[in-house]
Amino acid sequence: MHRELRSHIISLLNAETRLDGRKLTEYRKPINVEHGVVKTAEGSARVKIGETDVIVGVKLEVGEPYPDTPNEGTIIVGAELLPLSNPDFELGPPGIEAIELARVVDRGIRESKAIDFKKLCIEKGEKIWMVIIDICPINDAGNLFDVSSLAALAALKDTKFPAYEDGKVDYKTKTSRKLELEKTPIAVTVIKIGDRFIVDPDIEEEKVIDSRLTVSSMEDGTLCALQKGGDYPLTMEDIDKMLDIGIEKAKELRKHL
Amino acid sequence: MTYKQRIDGRGFDEPRKIEAKVGVIQRADGSAMFRIGNTWAYAAVYGPRNLHPKFLQDPQKGILRCNYNMMPFSSSGERVRPGGSRRSKEISLVTAKALLPVLNLDEYPNSVVDVFIELPQTEAGSRCAGICAASMALADAGLEMKDLVCAVSVGRVADKLLVDLDYSEESYPDVPVADIPIAIMPNSGKITLLQMDGEVKKEELMKVLEMGKKALMDIYEVQKKALKEKYHGVEV
Repeated sequence: MHRELRSHIISLLNAETRLDGRKLTEYRKPINVEHGVVKTAEGSARVKIGETDVIVGVKLEVGEPYPDTPNEGTIIVGAELLPLSNPDFELGPPGIEAIELARVVDRGIRESKAIDFKKLCIEKGEKIWMVIIDICPINDAGNLFDVSSLAALAALKDTKFPAYEDGKVDYKTKTSRKLELEKTPIAVTVIKIGDRFIVDPDIEEEKVIDSRLTVSSMEDGTLCALQKGGDYPLTMEDIDKMLDIGIEKAKELRKHL
Repeated sequence: MTYKQRIDGRGFDEPRKIEAKVGVIQRADGSAMFRIGNTWAYAAVYGPRNLHPKFLQDPQKGILRCNYNMMPFSSSGERVRPGGSRRSKEISLVTAKALLPVLNLDEYPNSVVDVFIELPQTEAGSRCAGICAASMALADAGLEMKDLVCAVSVGRVADKLLVDLDYSEESYPDVPVADIPIAIMPNSGKITLLQMDGEVKKEELMKVLEMGKKALMDIYEVQKKALKEKYHGVEV
C-alpha cells in the first residue's frame, strides 16, 4: 500500500524537504489558537494548525469521588472522530483510534499534574468536580494528536466554574473562579519515515509512517507522558533523537497558548 | 396573559442574527457553517460515494443519508452524552426528508450522499440551522439541485405569533407555547419540513407559516451570498 507515495516522500525527506515544502521539523502555518469559542461550554478553544481544525469543549459536572481518593476531583477526556471531519471516519461508537487519541491527551494533562485534583473537591468523600474534556475535530488534515492536546489545554485555560449551590449546578451563572493550571504540558508527535524524523504530518505523510512517538513535556523540559505508535520498532538512538525534537518543538507550540 | 415584547427586543417576525459561510471543511466534498443567534451548525457533504453495506444500495438511484449530532458541550445545561439519542435520530430522519426534494440522485445508482451535521453550540432552532447549513453544503459539493432549502422555527408564546424562537421563548413558563420548525424550497414556496410541539389553532398556524416567509427569504439571501462569496473573483 502507498509504495510509490512512500518512496516519493522519502526522496523528498532525503533532500531535507516535504510535499508542501516544509522543513522536516517545521509545523504547518498558521497556528491559530482561539479561546472561548463555545458559550454553552464552561471552557472551550479552537485550534487550527494548517488546515487541521479542532474544537475542544470543557463541561464541569458534580459527582462522587472514587473511594480511594475521597478528596480529589477528576478529569474525563473523550474524543470522537467525527465523520464530518474526514472521509474515512465512520459513524458509531468510538473506535480504537479515538480511544487512543483521548487517552494520550488525558495522560498528558493528568500525569503533568496540570490540574490539582484536590482543588476540585467540594465535600470530602461526597462531592467533587468532574472536568469533562471533549475533543471534536472539524477538519482532519493530519496530526490530530498535537492539535487536540493543544486545544484541550487552551480550553482548560479558558474554563470558569459555574455557580454551585445547595447541591445543584447553575450552568446559566458562571463565576469568576477559573480552573487553575499548574503546568502546561504540550504534546509533540515525532514521526519516523525510513530513517528520517518529522513533526506535524499531513494526511499523505500519515499514510506512510513507520512509527511515531508522542512526547508530552512541561515548561522545564520534564517529560510527563509518552506514547509510541506505528508498526515498526525504534532504536535507543531513535528515541534519543525523537525526545530532543519533541521537547524542543513543545517550547515553540507553548508560545501559542 | 400577553407576551408584549420579545426578551431580546426583536420584532415578532424578525430572526436572530444570521451568519453563513461555505467551504469551511477542506476535506469534505462540500461544507458550510450556519449561525443563527447562539445556535451554530456545521455541515459536511461526502459523496456521491460507494455505499456499504451493499444491501442498502438502490440500483435505481443514489440515496441521501443525514446525521445530526450535538457536540457534548453544545448545550447550556449538562453535558450531552455522545453517541446519539432517539431525538437526534429523528432529527436526522426529518432533515433527510427536508433536503431530498431538491436533489436529483438518479444519476448515482448504488451510491450514497452523506451529510454530517455537527452543532458546537445550540440555543433553540438547531435542526433548522442544521438544514440551512446542509443545503448550502450540498450546493457547495456541486450536486444537481432544484433549489436551496431554508429553515426556521416559527411559533407562539401566549397570545403572540413569532418567528425564530430562542430558548427562553421555547420554554416560556406558564403560558401556551408552540414551536413549529419549518423548511421551504424558496423558489416554489413548497414546504419540506413541518413539525409542531405545543398548542395552536389552525388559523394561527396558517398565519404563522405565512409570517415565517419573510425570515426564510432573509435566510435564502444569506445562503446565496455565502455561496457566491466562495467563488468571488473566479472568472466565468
